[in-house]
Amino acid sequence: MPEIKVTPLGAGQDVGRSCILVSIGGKNIMLDCGMHMGYNDDRRFPDFSYITQNGRLTDFLDCVIISHFHLDHCGALPYMSEMVGYDGPIYMTHPTKAICPILLEDFRKITVDKKGETNFFTSQMIKDCMKKVIPLNLHQTVQVDDELEIKAYYAGHVLGAAMVHIKVGSESVVYTGDYNMTPDRHLGAAWIDKCRPDILISESTYATTIRDSKRCRERDFLKKVHESIERGGKVLIPVFALGRAQELCILLETFWERMNLKAPIYFSTGLTEKANHYYKLFITWTNQKIRKTFVQRNMFEFKHIKAFDRSYADNPGPMVVFATPGMLHAGQSLQIFKKWAGNEKNMVIMPGYCVQGTIGHKILNGQRKLEMEGRATLDVKLQVEYMSFSAHADAKGIMQLIRMAEPRNMLLVHGEAVKMEFLKGKIEQEFSIDCYMPANGETTTVTTNPSVPVDISLNLLKREMALGGPLPDPKKPRTMHGTLIMKENSLKLVSSEQALKELGLNEHQLRFTCHVQLQDPHSDADTLHRIYTHLKSVLKGYTIQHLPDGTVIVESIVIKVSSSTEDSNTKVLLLSWSYQVKTWTLFLEGLPMQSKPGSSANHLVIESLF
Amino acid sequence: ISPASAGLMASPNLNLNDLHYCLSGHPTLPCNVLKFKSTTIMLDCGLDTTSVLNFLPLPLVHSPRLSKLPGWVSKDGTINLGKELKECAGRVFVDAQPEFCLPERELLDLSTIDVILISNYHCMMALPYITEHTGFTGTVYATEPTLQIGRLLMEELVNFMERVPKAQSATSWKNKEIQRMLPGPLKDAVDVWMWKRCYSMQEVNSALSKVQLVGYSQKVELFGAVQVSPLSSGYSLGSSNWIIQSHHEKVSYVSGSSLLTTHPQPMDQSSLKNSDVLILTGLTQMPTANPDGMLGEFCSNLAMTIRAGGNVLVPCYSSGVIYDLLECLYQFIESANLGTTPFYFISPIANSSLEFSQIFAEWLCHNKQTKVYLPEPPFPHAELIQTNKLKHYPSIHGDFSSEFRQPCVVFTGHPSLRFGDVVHFMELWGKSSLNTIIFTEPDFSYLDALAPYQPLAMKCVYCPIDTRLNFHQVSKLLKEVQPLHVVCPEQYTQPPLTQSHRSDLMLELQPPPMPYRRCSVLNLPFRRRYERIYILPELANSLVPSEIKPGVSVATVSALLHSKDNKHTLQSVPKPPPMPPSKKRKRVIEEPPVALAPKPMLSGAVALEAFLATLQKHGITEVKVEETADGHILHLQAEDTLIQLEEDGTHIVCDSEPLRTTLRDLVLRFLQKL
Repeated sequence: MPEIKVTPLGAGQDVGRSCILVSIGGKNIMLDCGMHMGYNDDRRFPDFSYITQNGRLTDFLDCVIISHFHLDHCGALPYMSEMVGYDGPIYMTHPTKAICPILLEDFRKITVDKKGETNFFTSQMIKDCMKKVIPLNLHQTVQVDDELEIKAYYAGHVLGAAMVHIKVGSESVVYTGDYNMTPDRHLGAAWIDKCRPDILISESTYATTIRDSKRCRERDFLKKVHESIERGGKVLIPVFALGRAQELCILLETFWERMNLKAPIYFSTGLTEKANHYYKLFITWTNQKIRKTFVQRNMFEFKHIKAFDRSYADNPGPMVVFATPGMLHAGQSLQIFKKWAGNEKNMVIMPGYCVQGTIGHKILNGQRKLEMEGRATLDVKLQVEYMSFSAHADAKGIMQLIRMAEPRNMLLVHGEAVKMEFLKGKIEQEFSIDCYMPANGETTTVTTNPSVPVDISLNLLKREMALGGPLPDPKKPRTMHGTLIMKENSLKLVSSEQALKELGLNEHQLRFTCHVQLQDPHSDADTLHRIYTHLKSVLKGYTIQHLPDGTVIVESIVIKVSSSTEDSNTKVLLLSWSYQVKTWTLFLEGLPMQSKPGSSANHLVIESLF
Repeated sequence: ISPASAGLMASPNLNLNDLHYCLSGHPTLPCNVLKFKSTTIMLDCGLDTTSVLNFLPLPLVHSPRLSKLPGWVSKDGTINLGKELKECAGRVFVDAQPEFCLPERELLDLSTIDVILISNYHCMMALPYITEHTGFTGTVYATEPTLQIGRLLMEELVNFMERVPKAQSATSWKNKEIQRMLPGPLKDAVDVWMWKRCYSMQEVNSALSKVQLVGYSQKVELFGAVQVSPLSSGYSLGSSNWIIQSHHEKVSYVSGSSLLTTHPQPMDQSSLKNSDVLILTGLTQMPTANPDGMLGEFCSNLAMTIRAGGNVLVPCYSSGVIYDLLECLYQFIESANLGTTPFYFISPIANSSLEFSQIFAEWLCHNKQTKVYLPEPPFPHAELIQTNKLKHYPSIHGDFSSEFRQPCVVFTGHPSLRFGDVVHFMELWGKSSLNTIIFTEPDFSYLDALAPYQPLAMKCVYCPIDTRLNFHQVSKLLKEVQPLHVVCPEQYTQPPLTQSHRSDLMLELQPPPMPYRRCSVLNLPFRRRYERIYILPELANSLVPSEIKPGVSVATVSALLHSKDNKHTLQSVPKPPPMPPSKKRKRVIEEPPVALAPKPMLSGAVALEAFLATLQKHGITEVKVEETADGHILHLQAEDTLIQLEEDGTHIVCDSEPLRTTLRDLVLRFLQKL
């Protein structure tokens, strides 16, 4: 039985360093190659030694697919390809290909230049790695090799995020990456067709959450920002440069416009202007509304949002600052946080998920005293708010995607074990399919049961269809008989006659002849005629010939009658037939003398010819 | 609902011929219909707009010259169509809203069309005529740039017509008796009764709502029987060729392809390989004009005119080659010292066209894609606009009239010179020999286009830029992809009328291409021999293959055949319930019992020595062997049985049933079963 194997190297019962190995139809695919924000040691990257202890990965992987540009999905890519060693194809969408190297470079700078780490990938390695990338278009079927094909679907979540359908023969797997089932202010909702994969590998970040309406969350967010500004406070919103940042910018921009607010909104670092450019150039990846109106008004040209300078943080008066990175684990957002943390008038709004180990995670868990580098502690007095704006599917969304794709098995990654357990139960109950949630390094094996594609000779197919009448009833199946020829990789189903011809074989005729005695007072000719008329009456639909030379022929059965030399009442039937004869049973059932039981001769005929 | 969409009906249609219908006589604005495996597929929906050359231009502001043209009266004075027909410089024009020559609508019932495949935005302009008011219920497939830019071009066309409404309709001249009397080319215009006015925006929106977007290499299943897939054709943004295939037959539809390096993604040639039939349309209309040379001439004429203080008018479509012209000028302006010359692009869709061109990174050539990664706009016209060198306006009214400075360069439509803002500039600049009109679009004869403006003082330069395949490129391509048969417009099978000696300007192929013309129906030469069928796993596991030659195995298959939605599957025959051993033999059987598997065919030969040895093992020792012409006769004396062994046959003559069965099984051991 063919099998599909799935092994997470990262994101197994965890969020961070997504990296999932899939073996399908003899092909090995790596899905995502992310880093973990919560660790600064070896655990930062997936454990590639699982694939091979020494040497390069090229021989072990047929391709690598990156779902989107977030670092927990692509942060380990240059390490994997340039330091461990992989020269095969890497697939990602155009926006991901454009944005991913910028975030990687940013990540590298923070790690090497600021934290002074060595033994890390270099700028050149990022460039070399990106040279191996082949861009993917939505819905395009990409032939990785003769057997392996992949196809990307829109995933929402961030610009360029994709789900990917992986197919070898009739076996298939879908990997969702991160996705969002509800459209937001700048992105559309994820969509997939009813592709019925053997396994659907889904993220489950919000496995147990059913989020209230987005409108309420947005209103809440605006209210909190507004109140803080009103009382002269400063609002810090840690974000990643691309993604939620644009969503929240659009939200604040329209709010400022409507309320005619004057407090400045800043966006940190030059990355952002660049980021907005990407959104303008990849506008086809945004939602319907933005795409429709972009000629008149480009939503990514902000009037109220200005570039931030480090010195502004000390300016008096209220302000809103978007700063990177999003989990307060390094960089500008952390610096500003340290500056503003002591004042209770200020506020920090965490708009997305924070992985364990980050300051974001700590303050969200209510920690009010933070140990900083060099034994200093930081008192957190500002207000800490959490608003889930990360564009992940919630439990409802995950169930919705299952309904769309109709998978045969479900596999959860990118979530916390406890929450996964809950969702797993729900999925198994509602859809009656198996749901798996392997931990990192643990392999899930699913056996598949694919149909075998075969080329059937049109003559054979037509012949079988003709038997079903002019309008075949799909509910009434027909039987067909043929010979399957297996040659190299081809499978052909043809009629036996054609098989002989195609294989250059001669036919071997096997015939049988026997004599049967029978009591009948009529003349030889009359006996034969009686047999003929009787056969005709019972074997409807068969051609029965009575030839002038004194033979009756049904299919390949030949019947002759002669009188016994001793007794003219005893007739000798000469029966001859071929091995393949089909009507034999019918023929026997039709013989008139069977109505006289007890005759040993008849008995012989009947029993012997079965 | 057509038969194909009903799915299960497809099976009896296996015998149907595959047909090709031609609905448009214009080889670069094609409209063909393919009946393939009981699916009806329209290939492109081109609108032949050359008919508008027979009409008077529609001026945006009142033109005293045009309104004073004399009406036409036949030479003998018997026919006076002065209201409908006007004479200008010896030619006669219809004075009414211009009309288009539609694809043929009588050749087949358009409501039976299942899908329409669009290859590029120039080849979809007739869509509203086909999808609206014909009972069409199918789906249109196109790429996103094709849809968006196609929509803009339709919008522009409607806008051109609607902003200068002309109440008068002219029909008298279409009367056959009268048309015969008219001077050429009106006299020779064909199917004039089928000509139609432009559609409305409402019809455009309704037609385009039927479009489903596809990406390059996306595989789209049609009713389970056919798969279609667009491939990059290299001609314009989102332009595509199409593969239409089943598991065993492949049709390639090549329409408007280019091998030149311009802005679109390069043409995908390799996917066209192994086609049974290749339908070839949309070759260059200017086989003798080299696009690069034309571009050079365009630039030098433009610079010369401006230096002499004249204006340059470039009648063009609002999308397509204009992007390349602007890019060329971007590099040329500084070196030619034209830095201060204003460039104007005037069209109701100018802004949209320029904006849309910047957002289709996925559909652009590699160089332009790389720019987007930086991130910079892929086309340099963004910079021309930013630096105020290029200005765009929706029309000559409004801002343009106050900001307009001369001498200048104006890009505007429509290239037929019959409607759009270009009409105004013809009236404005035509009288001065300082000005130049440069034709770059190949769709219209420039002499015909200029006819209603004669006499004309302005200079005319003809630099048609047609990047589509020329005959040299296409024969190289065909050698590469090797289709079994080529189907093409008849125009491609003979040299152009004006250059009848140029045998290099036609397709010469072996076997010769199958030509078609408007309204012709071709039988496509498929030799269909196989069909895809799926063996369900349970059955597959139960098959017993036996090797009959090295590397070749066979297995006999008896199975239930299911056909649904054009998909065939085989599954195991369910075990029949055990027959009661009672006397059921008298039953008269009307139908053959379907579940009975027939005996296999046999092959091979029974070797005498080995067979004798086997018989001996089974206790049959008294065998008399007699040699015959074709083999041997074995007489089993004790059993009173004969076995005739020959190369291709065995005959067992035996009256004892158990013995016969034994002998049969012994013989079968020596034979292969198929």
